[in-house]
Order: sequence, then C-alpha cells, then structure tokens
Amino acid sequence: MSGIEIRGVSKAYGQVSVLEDISLSIAVNEFIAFLGPSGCGKSTLLRMIAGLEEVDGGEIRIGERRVDNLPPGARGVAMVFQNYALYPHMTIADNMAFGLKNIGVDKAEISRRVADAARILELEPYLGRKPGELSGGQKQRVAIGRAIVKNPELFLFDEPLSNLDAALRMRTRLELAQLRRRLKATMILVTHDQIEAMTLADRIVVMKDRIIQQVGTPMEIYSRPANVFVAGFVGSPPMNILKTEIADEAGFASVTLGGHTGIRTGIRMDSLPASDHWRVGLRPEAIRIGVPDQSDLNATVEFVERLGERTLVYARLEDGTPVTAEDSGLSRVRMGDAVGLKLNAAAAHLFNAQGVGYHADGVE
Amino acid sequence: MTAVARKKADWSNAMFVAPFLFVYLSLLIYPLLSGMVLSLFKADLFGGREFVGLENFSRLMRDDIFLQAVSNTFYFVLLTVPPLTVIPLILALLLNRTTRVAAFFRGVFFSSSVLSVTIVTLIWRMILMADGGFITNIRAFFGLPAIPFLSDPNLVMISMAMITVWWCLGLPMMLYLSALQQVPRDIYEAAELDNSSWWRTLVFITLPSLYRTVVLVAIFQVVLQFQLFGQPQLITQGGPNGASRPIVLFIFEVGFRRWDIGYAAAASQILFVLILIATVVQYFVTRKRAK
Repeated sequence: MSGIEIRGVSKAYGQVSVLEDISLSIAVNEFIAFLGPSGCGKSTLLRMIAGLEEVDGGEIRIGERRVDNLPPGARGVAMVFQNYALYPHMTIADNMAFGLKNIGVDKAEISRRVADAARILELEPYLGRKPGELSGGQKQRVAIGRAIVKNPELFLFDEPLSNLDAALRMRTRLELAQLRRRLKATMILVTHDQIEAMTLADRIVVMKDRIIQQVGTPMEIYSRPANVFVAGFVGSPPMNILKTEIADEAGFASVTLGGHTGIRTGIRMDSLPASDHWRVGLRPEAIRIGVPDQSDLNATVEFVERLGERTLVYARLEDGTPVTAEDSGLSRVRMGDAVGLKLNAAAAHLFNAQGVGYHADGVE
Repeated sequence: MTAVARKKADWSNAMFVAPFLFVYLSLLIYPLLSGMVLSLFKADLFGGREFVGLENFSRLMRDDIFLQAVSNTFYFVLLTVPPLTVIPLILALLLNRTTRVAAFFRGVFFSSSVLSVTIVTLIWRMILMADGGFITNIRAFFGLPAIPFLSDPNLVMISMAMITVWWCLGLPMMLYLSALQQVPRDIYEAAELDNSSWWRTLVFITLPSLYRTVVLVAIFQVVLQFQLFGQPQLITQGGPNGASRPIVLFIFEVGFRRWDIGYAAAASQILFVLILIATVVQYFVTRKRAK
C-alpha cells in the first residue's frame, strides 16, 4: 500500500499553463477528491499521476518510487475513465482479464480474480457479453472491475459518475463508498460534483486556475473555506457573499448588512488584518425566515424553491442586495411576501480584499 | 387533408427522387438489362441481330482466348487485392499521427491516386521498359542484364499488379486513417494502463476496431480489380501472347475491334457474375468471422 507525494508539479501546453507548482501529500489508504470547475486542471493532474500526461516540472512519488518518468503500466495504478473506455470487441470477462494477461498472470489466478470482481460488482450474469450490450451503470461497474482485478496500489477515478443518471449516480456513489471500505487502497477521485467529493472523500483538494485553493476534510472545506472561491464553489446553493463594513464590538467583528449595523459575528477582531474592504459570507442555512420588523433584517421574497425537506427563499434586502435564505419544508412563504431574516451571525465568514477567508474560532 | 389531396401530395413527393431515379434507371438498369438481352443475340454494331439463345456463352466456354483472359483476371485479383488491403493498413498505422512528417507522407502516398491511368502507365513504362527504362539503366550501371518486365509472359501480370498497387493504395489508406481516428483515444490509454505492448494493442484493440473497414476495402478492391483494363490496354495491349489480357480488354477487343457485340455482351455477363460471386462469398465469409 502506498501514499503519494506530489512535489512542485507543473504542466503547460505550449504557452498555456494548466498547472503551476502543485504540491500535495496523500496518505496510505486515503480517499482524496480533486474538486473544481471545468478547466481547473484537476483531470490533468490525475492523468499526470496515471502517466497519461507528461510532467513538465516537479516530481510524483507513489510509495517510495518516483514514477513520473515511468510508463503508465509500470506505476501500479488502475484508472476508471469517465467514458468507461472498455474494449468494445472483448467480452466483459476479457475486458477485466486483459491487463492481467498482458503481465503474464497465471490463468487460474486470472479466472479467480475476475470471478471475485464479478461477484463483488454483481457482474456475473454479464461476463460473456460485450460492452455494447450493457447499460451505462453496468459498463461503469465493469470499468471498476477492470481496475479491481489488478490489485493496484492506487485507484484513479476520472469523473466516474458523470455519465450516469441521477438515481444511478447515487447508487453507484454508495457502491463506491462500500468498495472503498472493502478494498483498503489509496484512491483519487476527480469530480466537479461537490456532493460526490463531500460524501466519498477523506480530504478534498479544491482547485481553480491552475493551483490548489484549499486542501481539507469535507467539513473543513465547508465550514472554514480558505477563500471566497471555495466558499462560493462548495455548498449548494452557494454561500451568500455580500459587501460589508466591519466594526469592533467587544473584541468581535460586527458587520453592516442591508443598512443595519452592529450584526455581531463570532470572528475575533484581533484575528483580522487591515483590508480596504470586506465581504461577509453567510450560508443559506444561517439565514432563516422570520417575522418582518421582528428579525435582524427585512426583505422581499423574489422566488421560492420548494425542495421537500426544506425551502429555499431568494429574497432582496431593503437596500436591494440579493440573498438566499432557508426555511422549513412546510414554509408558506410566497413570491412577493415581505419577510424578516434571522441571521446566525456566529456562523458568518469574512473575506478580505484579496478574498482570504476568516472564521469564528471553534467553527468546524 | 382529404384522401385525394393526400394522394396528390404523395405523388408530388416522388419528384424529389425523380432525377436520381431517372439517371439510375436509364444509365444503369436499362443498359444492364439490355446487355443481358444482347448477350442472347448474334449482333454487330451495324444493327444486324439474330437470336442465338445461349450460343454466345457456349462459344465463350470453348474460347481459349477468353478462358486465358479469365485466368489472367483471377491471377491479377489475387496479386493485387491482398497487398491493396494490407499495405494501406500498414501505411495508415504508421502515418496516423499529427506530425508534419506524417502529414507529408500521407500526401505523398495519396498523390498517386489522383493521376489518370494514362499518366500512371506512362510513368511506369519509362520505369519498366527493358530498352532504356529506369530500372534497366540502374541494373546496367551495375553490369546486370535488363529484366523483361513487360515482355516476359511470367512477369507481365506481376508488373501490372505492381503498377496497380502503386496507383491505388491512396484511397484505402485514407479509409483506414479515417477509421483509425474513430477509435476513442481513451481505449488506448486504458490499454497503456493495462500494460499492453504495441503488438498486443495492435492485435487486440486496433485491428478489431478496423475490421469493418478491412472488409470494405477488400470488397471494394475485388470489384475494382476484376475490371482491370487501362493498364494492359495502354502498356502491352494484352501481350505478350495474351498474357496480360484481362476480361475487360477481351470484351473491348471483341466488341469494338471485331464488332461482335452480342459475344462481348455475353462475356460482360460472365464478368458481372464473377464479381458478384466473389463479393457475396467475401461478404458472407467475413460476416461469419465477425460473429
């Protein structure tokens, strides 16, 4: 079993730089998710670990071995591709056995491993079929099976669920989580879906614009976003990020919102640097619907999304600032209603002019 | 819409296919059928025509010159179709990359295909002529005797095949290249991660992906090469001693030199049936293998 060490890795296509000075340590048996918007370089980084892209600078180690100069097959990794990449002319059994045959594994051993993988992934009835005869979910399981039979040191998943429909995606996500517990191997998942990253990964690497924005556990990323990008990208609907001014109130920062001053946050004033301007971040669940004039702020409802277990309320403050608030699933709020907004200001985040995030102590 | 109006609309829709149908029927189906009818007559170009039933076919079966032409044609098809199926495949595999050198050579290998048969035969005559040809000159430089490429009955069909392969390999190469570019890139990446060697990737991934194109090229070449005509007509006129006379040249000579149109039509029907049989056999054999 191997951890991974990525040191100062960079990549450019001609004049276009796609990754700059990426460094990351991944522990043995850790499940890491690379999360970021399209074009952030997350897939390129995964492909560099796999050996499918050359590394322009820096080095990659898997366990004790430096691998960035080794061919893909010699790195001891298995990869599950977004489009499955199954061999269309081979049966499912042959698809899974191909890699083992290539390295001369004994026939009986190949049969045993293929049978094991097929049992785990419930693929036994399909072993004699060709990929074209399977559904998307079944193909994805074959792709996972092809990875499992190799007993790799490292599993790489390149957006493995993005081609599946919503119901199947959830089921496969659960299967991946169970598989992870059973396999006990280091895994890296590339995704732009934060739910996948939050539910599967031990730690999330949030990437944007060629660099790593933040590395942390799912709850760290959610509760203590390193910067305004992470705060806006992780969480659905995104965090409200509103312009504000801050003042010192008994050692804590208080903010001005919608013309109301003195909304006290849990952030200590002495932890904040000097900054030209500030933005306050409040997740929708930290803004609840209340009675007008008896709450922290007044607002007018512009749009209501009823999601069943909760209701999202898109409203506008008296000074015109748009905010997203949350109400219970049984909410009776309707478009055009005047509502009050109750803020859980203790859960507020502050972002300075450079976008760096500051959080209340003890928020996890 | 009333039934009458609908009927009218249906007929007006037929106008869309009418131009194609007219050309197809008048230039393909009518000549084909009239050729079949003609093969049952003793006819000449001046209009004299007498029904003889299958006499023309029976004459053909006893005609040594025709039988030699049939055997020459089969020999030529055997000499050309395998190389025209395999060499373009090898070229496509070598040139399926984005480098400038590959683009240059793709152009080089395809360029011969755009030449007319007149130019091709002119070039190759200058190369193969026993008297002062390019190869003869090179061999003479080393003190070697000339090879009678075009006048030795054992060599002349091989020479025709060589010329034809050189001339025709551009198009199949392009077909293979376009098929290769249809194979998803990530399958090759999966194979790399699966430790697949170059050879195993070729055998287990690339070639199965190209199977349909290989069949297409082979059938296409069989149909095309059975119709050999221009090269021997322009270089050897079927000689020496009929050794390079294919069926189409025989038909041409009988029809337009001896004006025995009915007899030529009968030979044409036999060529048609031969091509049809070869194509159908090939199709079913390859389909069975694909299954």
